[in-house]
Amino acid sequence: MSDPLAKGANPEEGDVSLIGKSVPRIDGVEKVTGSATYTADMKLPGMLYARMLLSPHAHAKILKIDTSRASQLPGVKAILTGKDLPYRVGLYMVDKPILADGKARYCGEPVAALAATTEEVALEALSLIKVDYEPLEPVLDAREALKPGAPLVHEFLHTYDCVKGVFCPIEHTNVANHFRLRKGDVEDGFRKSHKVIENTFYAPQVQHAPLETHATIAHWKPNGQIEIWTSAQSPFAVRHLLSVAIGVPHARIRVVVPYVGGAFGGKAGIHLEPLVVMLSRAAGSRPVKLVATREEEFITLPCRQGLHARVKTGVSREGRILAEEIEYVWDAGAYADYGVNIGRASGYSGAGPYDIDNVKVDSLTVYTTKPFGTAYRGFGHVELFWAIESQMDLVAAELGMDPVEFRMKNLLGPGSTTITGEKITEYSGSVRKCLEEVAKAIEWGEGGNAPAGAAGVARAGAGAGSAVSMGKLRGKGIAVLHKAPAMPPNTASSALIRFNEDASANVMVSGVDYGQGTATSLSQVAAHALRLPMEKIHFVWGKDTDFSPYDWQTVASRLTVMGGLTILRAADDAINQMKEMAAQALGVAKDELDFGGGRIFVKGSETKGLTYEELVLGYKFPNGNSIGGPVIGRGSYVAEGLTNLDLETGQGLPALCWTYGAHGVEIEVDPRTGDIEIVKLVSAFDVGRVINDALCRGQVIGGSVQGIGTALAEQYIYDPQGRLLNRSFTDYKILTAKDIPREMVQIFVETPHDKGPFGARGVAEHPMISVPSAIGNALVDATGVRLHDLPLSPERVFTALQAATRKPHVA
Amino acid sequence: MSPVRLINLVINGERVSVEVEDNWTLLRLLRDELALTGTKEGCARGECGACTVIVDGLPVNACLVLAREVEGREIVTIEGEGRGRGAGRRAGPGLQASAGLSPLQQAFIDHGALQCGFCTAGMIMSARALLMRNPDPTEAEVKEAISGNLCRCTGYQPIVEAILDAAYRERNGGEWVQT
Repeated sequence: MSDPLAKGANPEEGDVSLIGKSVPRIDGVEKVTGSATYTADMKLPGMLYARMLLSPHAHAKILKIDTSRASQLPGVKAILTGKDLPYRVGLYMVDKPILADGKARYCGEPVAALAATTEEVALEALSLIKVDYEPLEPVLDAREALKPGAPLVHEFLHTYDCVKGVFCPIEHTNVANHFRLRKGDVEDGFRKSHKVIENTFYAPQVQHAPLETHATIAHWKPNGQIEIWTSAQSPFAVRHLLSVAIGVPHARIRVVVPYVGGAFGGKAGIHLEPLVVMLSRAAGSRPVKLVATREEEFITLPCRQGLHARVKTGVSREGRILAEEIEYVWDAGAYADYGVNIGRASGYSGAGPYDIDNVKVDSLTVYTTKPFGTAYRGFGHVELFWAIESQMDLVAAELGMDPVEFRMKNLLGPGSTTITGEKITEYSGSVRKCLEEVAKAIEWGEGGNAPAGAAGVARAGAGAGSAVSMGKLRGKGIAVLHKAPAMPPNTASSALIRFNEDASANVMVSGVDYGQGTATSLSQVAAHALRLPMEKIHFVWGKDTDFSPYDWQTVASRLTVMGGLTILRAADDAINQMKEMAAQALGVAKDELDFGGGRIFVKGSETKGLTYEELVLGYKFPNGNSIGGPVIGRGSYVAEGLTNLDLETGQGLPALCWTYGAHGVEIEVDPRTGDIEIVKLVSAFDVGRVINDALCRGQVIGGSVQGIGTALAEQYIYDPQGRLLNRSFTDYKILTAKDIPREMVQIFVETPHDKGPFGARGVAEHPMISVPSAIGNALVDATGVRLHDLPLSPERVFTALQAATRKPHVA
Repeated sequence: MSPVRLINLVINGERVSVEVEDNWTLLRLLRDELALTGTKEGCARGECGACTVIVDGLPVNACLVLAREVEGREIVTIEGEGRGRGAGRRAGPGLQASAGLSPLQQAFIDHGALQCGFCTAGMIMSARALLMRNPDPTEAEVKEAISGNLCRCTGYQPIVEAILDAAYRERNGGEWVQT
């Protein structure tokens, strides 16, 4: 066990602990006054404006691009097409061209781009570019894309680079990755089962919809240095992926991330940056700005993958799951540079937090000719838990068992083994406690949520309940969840603490706070570790690869844990440096020293000591002799104890820490409209240790509401040619203030984690997971109708209710 | 280039004369010409509310109004919230006045009513317009007032709480906070 943790585990020592306190967010004033600067707010001298020409076809050969007329328009400074950019970019699977290369793989893919002196000139120039296409057969269904003879989205998949030994593309097919997991013997498990229940489920592609669209300013300077300001989650990933793609050394690229207006995974990895960099070079080293339109955010930039799931579960008469066979077919869209790892992560955690001896998972990441998927809050788990937690209720119903009781018989706990062979310990967290808390708070089993009958049979529901609005049906549903950070086994973070002359501390990490509140919670960790008040902590907001210490990516709910650990280590290092100086100055041994209240002092005689101010720039003896020098604390952390997974069996250790949770909902369904209203949503998470209560609740409320959007409203809708039809907020609805639950309750279970700072785990993604399945289960409780496809839109619910009651539709 | 005309208007209490092109939106005038970048563009077609400003007391999407149409009007943007009112007025002109937070702004911070911050300016402007015409709104009225302002981070509940709390504070002579 590391020293910082040992210290952190005992918050009683030193000053009153800040850990757990609802410290107001440090970026509040800048944001409520409008002075927080986002990429789109910035201008550079001589800056040009870029626009992209998008493919109108889902799948088409590009025969010819004529830019001659556009290039003659006054004010046009650079035009690029795919031919000018023989590069491929990608995080895990290097499959993305900067502009379409020879063919367009989705409607909305950029095929040409230009930079001009004004937006107006850029738009006019776009209209002068002529592209000859030869339309090809689109591939719109991932299941069809798997069939022999399906058109290939990537003919040269076998030549692409990817992370070897981790991902398994199947050459000359549309399969970008095939993840396999084999534990025990599923066939044997099914033979021994009392019942075997098989179902299919579907979750469509959806959009992240951050309020800030992607924005990048790039400047390829005459001296060869590249500077980028961008709305990215991960400055170092942008720098690295760009460096690898275009062959420019890392040190010649500087990536700066100002305020970012929401991301949710959609700004992880690399997006517009390479294109804007290349436009700047082509424009004779003038800076270029590209801000995506909202339409481009829908059709050009990535979305969340779709999922076709098939789950087959064998259970004993007593309700133990004996075997499970899972097939996930991921609709990756045109590119899978990030998507292949969603396929992998959903594979290794794909059975949910259940203790099952015999499991077989095949998770296929499949190319189609649609906008491509990337990381989105939950990283595949919102989708897979739509399948798993719907299936668990279906299995419980088949057994005539209460859904909570059925889950309790099967949940992971200390001593059980995950499907990859990881042993669950007392430090892993407790999904059981989360479910217990949720069941209690939602008053499970009271007010009309006895187990529903077989699917499709309309039940009286809870209509007799007293608080139910006229004519509406009331029901309750629950669902559990788990997720661990999905990241390479050697994922690394670092932190620096630089003291200022007045002994205030500049805390620097490269994880980006695009709203989560991590900058504030990490400031609390720093203040606690240095035993300084918050006012003495200056968290350096800007992220700049030239100045900030390395961090892999701001993703996977890992910043509180990994960033927190690096800050504890950096603080420890800084304190140690001051102690070394103080020991010399005071003529005592270093281990006789303690610290607190901004001082290093001798244990037992607190008056004998030195202030931080006397030490942070080096200690000066009365005669002028000086020792030490400026104090800079350094903290590094690399994920420890993780392994790659066996390519045949999926066995290994993929998870730094699991965060468990559960949701319970009570809903009202209006059978006349199919409208679902959330009366109450109760959520519990085993976060290990709350660092900032208010910010933690903020993540849960915001994430849950985003999950309700996935549950009730959101989906990409295409025409038969593969063109996205709902590409605006008018046609693609996200929730408004009028759509939120009447009541939301957040519960935090605190089973300390042995690796996290103060025992903490991440919780940014988890609130979104399993909200759809809890609502789907409540719909069954209220109406007896089970829907297998998301979203549970009024139209779908109404139609299903009509079918169930066999009433002809009345126009 | 579209025809150019000179317009006169009042922005955040200051008289402004500025040349605008006929096809400019108010949003472009504010952000690109006057450098009032606190007002954000989220969709440019009136769907998200991020660009909400107050024109003659009413909340409007600045992306849907032509700059030439605001001739003679009084406009308040996020940069005007907490300035020229309350603390600003008491502190007089100058730097100190511009650093004030209104009870509404302070309530947004206190209630965790913001995360990424991109919708915040528009949200506060919609809330301010509501409180100007209705100092004691119900929860339903608050939700209605901000139903044109999309937020993807907070789940809205903290925003609704903040606005109700700000209304209470302002009705009771709440302090304007100096930062």
